[in-house]
Amino acid sequence: MFRYSTFALALVVSALCAGAEDLLVLQDLSGRQGGRLVYAQRSEPKTFNPIFAADSVSREAIGMMMADLVHINRYTQRTEPALAKSWTVSPDGRRYALELRRGIRFSDGQPFSADDVVFSFRVYLDTALDSPQRDLLMPGGKPIVVKKVGDCRVEFDLPVRYAAAERLFDGFAILPRHLLEPAYKTGKLAEAWGLRTPPAAITGLGPFRLKQNIPGQRLVLERNPYYWKADKNGIRLPYLNEVDLTQAGSEDMQVLRFESGESDVIRRVGAHDFAVLEKESRRRGYTVSDLGPGMEYTSLYFNLDPAAGRPGFLRRRSFRQAVSTAIDRNALVRLVYGGHAAPLGTPVPPGNKAWVDASLRPPVPSVSAARALLSSGGFKWSGGNLLDPAGKRVEFSIITSAGNDDRVQMATLIQADLKELGIQVDVVPLEFRSLLDRVLRTHQFDTALMSMADGDADPNPDMNTWMSDGGNHLWNTAEKSPSMPWEAEIDRLMRQQMTVPDYARRKKMYDLVQQILMEHMPLVPLVSPDILVGAKRNLGNFRPALMDHYTLWNIEELYWRELRTGERP
Amino acid sequence: MMRDLRRFWPPLVLLAAFHAAVVLAGFLAPYDYAEQHRDFPYAPPSRIHLVHLRPYAESPDGKSYPIEFLVHGRLFGVRPPGVVFLLGTDGSGRDVFSRLLYGGRVSLLTGLAAALLSLVLGTALGTIAGFFGGWPDQLLMRGGELMMALPWFYLLLAVRAFLPLHISAVEAFALLIAIIGGIGWVRPARLVRGVVLAGRENGFVQAARGFGAGSPYLIRRHVLPLTFPVVLTQATVLIPQYILAEVTLSFLGLGVGEPVPSWGNMLAEARQYHTIVEHTWLLAPAIAIVPLLLGFLLLADALSGQQVST
Repeated sequence: MFRYSTFALALVVSALCAGAEDLLVLQDLSGRQGGRLVYAQRSEPKTFNPIFAADSVSREAIGMMMADLVHINRYTQRTEPALAKSWTVSPDGRRYALELRRGIRFSDGQPFSADDVVFSFRVYLDTALDSPQRDLLMPGGKPIVVKKVGDCRVEFDLPVRYAAAERLFDGFAILPRHLLEPAYKTGKLAEAWGLRTPPAAITGLGPFRLKQNIPGQRLVLERNPYYWKADKNGIRLPYLNEVDLTQAGSEDMQVLRFESGESDVIRRVGAHDFAVLEKESRRRGYTVSDLGPGMEYTSLYFNLDPAAGRPGFLRRRSFRQAVSTAIDRNALVRLVYGGHAAPLGTPVPPGNKAWVDASLRPPVPSVSAARALLSSGGFKWSGGNLLDPAGKRVEFSIITSAGNDDRVQMATLIQADLKELGIQVDVVPLEFRSLLDRVLRTHQFDTALMSMADGDADPNPDMNTWMSDGGNHLWNTAEKSPSMPWEAEIDRLMRQQMTVPDYARRKKMYDLVQQILMEHMPLVPLVSPDILVGAKRNLGNFRPALMDHYTLWNIEELYWRELRTGERP
Repeated sequence: MMRDLRRFWPPLVLLAAFHAAVVLAGFLAPYDYAEQHRDFPYAPPSRIHLVHLRPYAESPDGKSYPIEFLVHGRLFGVRPPGVVFLLGTDGSGRDVFSRLLYGGRVSLLTGLAAALLSLVLGTALGTIAGFFGGWPDQLLMRGGELMMALPWFYLLLAVRAFLPLHISAVEAFALLIAIIGGIGWVRPARLVRGVVLAGRENGFVQAARGFGAGSPYLIRRHVLPLTFPVVLTQATVLIPQYILAEVTLSFLGLGVGEPVPSWGNMLAEARQYHTIVEHTWLLAPAIAIVPLLLGFLLLADALSGQQVST
């Protein structure tokens, strides 16, 4: 065995991205090693397979064990080098050349190279596997082409010019070819890395690796001794020895566990639970904070599909504007979120700081202004009831998810606001899947109260929402081409901004998109809930952010200022 | 006999009071069920104090206002800007006491009517199955088992998809009774069948048959009375159960819609952590069910006692 080792080593060196270990040294980071962090997840992860994981709980666990080429810093919302230490863009903006970190290893000690990158993207793009993330790698509808151009260098060719394309790499976990290629070749990749896979068979480039999985109870992650980041004192990250992911079972139980001290960190607390936690925070030794509005926005969507057979007044602009003017968004913020939300004047939430058109303010609620809008649109009143220009009584329903009490309450408040205009609104809470079916497929609804979240601090992931042929074009998912001139204009602007590299010019175009949306109001943006989080007070480097995963996005940097008794350093 | 009659009074009075309260909700409740006091979400129950024998209600802002009686067609109320919330308010600032009274209309009636429907169906079908045996028995019991085994959640989702989006309160009400009662007949039917099966072998039934009594007479005179205790206890179990079943159906969009209250949708709003620790008054409907249930239990008890003594 020993005889072969020199030969094997020579092979490894020639085939791989070798050299001195290229650690990413974080110059302003310090902390101390040791300790264990407990975090209560809502439920049990469904899989550890990054190719197929679609639910947030699984992705939460996978995110701690995996790493991507270029990473979006959740706090600054900007891209940062990760496994790629640098990248260059060709003058036509379609070729990205990434220089990979040398000499770094997977959590099982095996070296990392360009082959792993090529393998990973081949898998994500494989039509037969149909990974949920595949669409993200298809700008303009055609797949990105990945090429190895050296042991430590890969090139990505984009089918179209795509602004800020380096953001695409975020979230694509680089997979170990040495472990997963056999499964890929035999067509068994979908079954790989399930919940019953032994921990040693799961390996990645993230700060932690799986140590133990007790189904239905908890996952124990231990520090990856090969992780490729270090702090200013040369201490290799992560600081924590272990992360315990326990399974709470429900949102209420997550709150209870955190309040009782069984869990160290909590993310996305509901506004009313937040108030409860806030009261107890001093006594219990944790802090809770309101980070302000995040990337999520709740809106009232009108059904504009003329073929759906819904009342004609929904397709009148004056009507939609009047509805927007009559809704008291501040009351929604106060009553539904206890003040922990922001009223919206544009469908881009304020958490998307670089792209929101801040000149679009939420309208001042006014019944008289709404009545004036309706009168100008030919609406009339009879006995306190609003009649449309055809003389029919204005009556419509709001469908929303029955499982979400906040949204049902919002719909009820809107119902009361619109009663002032003589509009009869019926609130119809539906089970979530039937709600989606009506909005996306059958179009049997008048209006829908739904929440969406910006996928990234960039307009490109929202093409699917604003383009007339997009799958999330909720006011009419049936159309394949713009049916109204203003929709055509939005399509043109969205396509154009995608190809322009310059931020200021893109911003101007995206502002214009928002202005057109607000002028024609296919949706009434209502509120954006604040991101409410909490953590133990002596957790160091805790920097919660507005983007998912809000609290544990920098888990490798977290440390305990004082170790708890009985814990080894 | 006298003692037995006396046993009827407490439950009857209790139940009569409950039903009178919900029927007279429009008079007893100080506010309309949909009226929102947007400045006072989650307000705790108002404190009431007496000054020179006159009751005053303290508003959430700390000021006290005299309670007036028999104004604007309501039993009591407070002149704005004062407010009186005997059981606090919900997240939209709606008076829980008023909603409890109005909500009782839907809940008591659905509970009662649906229980009646499922018991009538259950008794009829159970008696037929138990008395005649043979293929009617096989057909009814296997059919019943099929009903119990069906995944109702998904079937009701499909039902919801076929109905128009907006269901008026009256339609929703009829629908609730039909669905709950229509699905619920199986359990009482199986119990009744068991009683009938044993009952028809009794000596006096056999004797009556021997004297030439026909089946309708036998069932009416001898067999059905045997099932009364079972049916009555079933009723007391089913009514509260059906009041809660309405919550599930509301979840599927088949219940009464906002802003019309029912105890079911009021409790659905209360099933959150912060309610249990901070806004406990939202659990009022759960408390209100207890004396109601007690009333039905005592009534059943009195009725079955009556049965045995005759």
